[in-house]
Amino acid sequence: MTTANTPNTHDLEKELLGFLEARTGTAWDADTDLFDAGGLSSLFAMQVVVHLEQTYAIAVRGADLRLDNFRTVRRMAELVDRLRVPAAGGLNG
Amino acid sequence: MTAAPYDDPPARPALTVLGAGVMGVGITVLALGHGLPVHLVDIDRERLDRASGLIDGELRLAELMGALPAGTALGTLATGTSLKAAAGATAVVEAVTENAAIKAAVLSEVSGLVRPGTLLITNTSSIPVDELAGALERPEELVGTHFMNPPYLIGTAEVVRGARTGDAAMAAVAALLTTLRRRAVVVRDAPGFVTSRILHPMINDAARVVEEGTATAEDVDALMQGCLGHPTGPLRTADLIGIDNLVDSLTVLHERTGDDGCRPAELLLRLVSEGRLGRKSGRGFYDYG
Repeated sequence: MTTANTPNTHDLEKELLGFLEARTGTAWDADTDLFDAGGLSSLFAMQVVVHLEQTYAIAVRGADLRLDNFRTVRRMAELVDRLRVPAAGGLNG
Repeated sequence: MTAAPYDDPPARPALTVLGAGVMGVGITVLALGHGLPVHLVDIDRERLDRASGLIDGELRLAELMGALPAGTALGTLATGTSLKAAAGATAVVEAVTENAAIKAAVLSEVSGLVRPGTLLITNTSSIPVDELAGALERPEELVGTHFMNPPYLIGTAEVVRGARTGDAAMAAVAALLTTLRRRAVVVRDAPGFVTSRILHPMINDAARVVEEGTATAEDVDALMQGCLGHPTGPLRTADLIGIDNLVDSLTVLHERTGDDGCRPAELLLRLVSEGRLGRKSGRGFYDYG
């Protein structure tokens, strides 16, 4: 499944970029690999997972729990969008 | 020396881990993630309860990082406050406070409880293994295995053979580390072995540099990372080790080597007295709020 940059994920990306900037003191791009050499630590990655779960009432389990899903803000937003309970009124796509 | 009865080992290893601090928890995660059952023992019931939550979180971190073997069911965790759990173990890992008297007392008691031939591992970072072996009923069963934090993300472990460590124990620890997919590097017994002997005085110096106002902790780490290729920087490493444990280890080293570079820096002592113990307390050289 490919996810277009829907309004949903666009807002999510903005929120996530704000969260990351507040926590790391650095501004990031939605496409930057956060955990590349010189980037953020694996322990921080786990904090990001917990933050996403608590903020968006999702559970990241099984095959979804892998670093590739959290490497960039864009991928995080896609994951959250996929795992979120669809709002009342129906499913997108 | 009598031969230890390793001829008929139980098919499946079962670990007893003593001490539910940072390393006890990390070693438990490593073992559970590789399918081994673990009985985690601590005298403090509250710390055990906290450990259960930490273990769940760290198992997820290990999974996130792809550090666990695919298709392996997690081992089952039991916790308790009695050392008697060690009687059923195929190997016991001691990870209590870095203090020779405390470790010797715990190992001595465990030695009287386990079946002869049971592998006993001390996860000391600095105390010579043979110094602890003297407290055991069968000193040949004790091996030092210095896991780094977090043990499930660091693929190599330092293994220390004491003067009295037997061949059977060396074979057993090699087999266990293979099961845990850790690479073992075996070294001779000495205060701090290799890693702590080199790393701890360096961290101590890094703290002194900050104390003297030469640079901030951030800049010390940035230089050690950016110029010298240190993976996290010495002061972030200090926070990961735990400043209290670092001071304990430096004290062990200082007492046994006389090297003044191992005398804990004032700044480290002050952080400990302020409860700034590193990651585990939320704050050390850095803030982890």
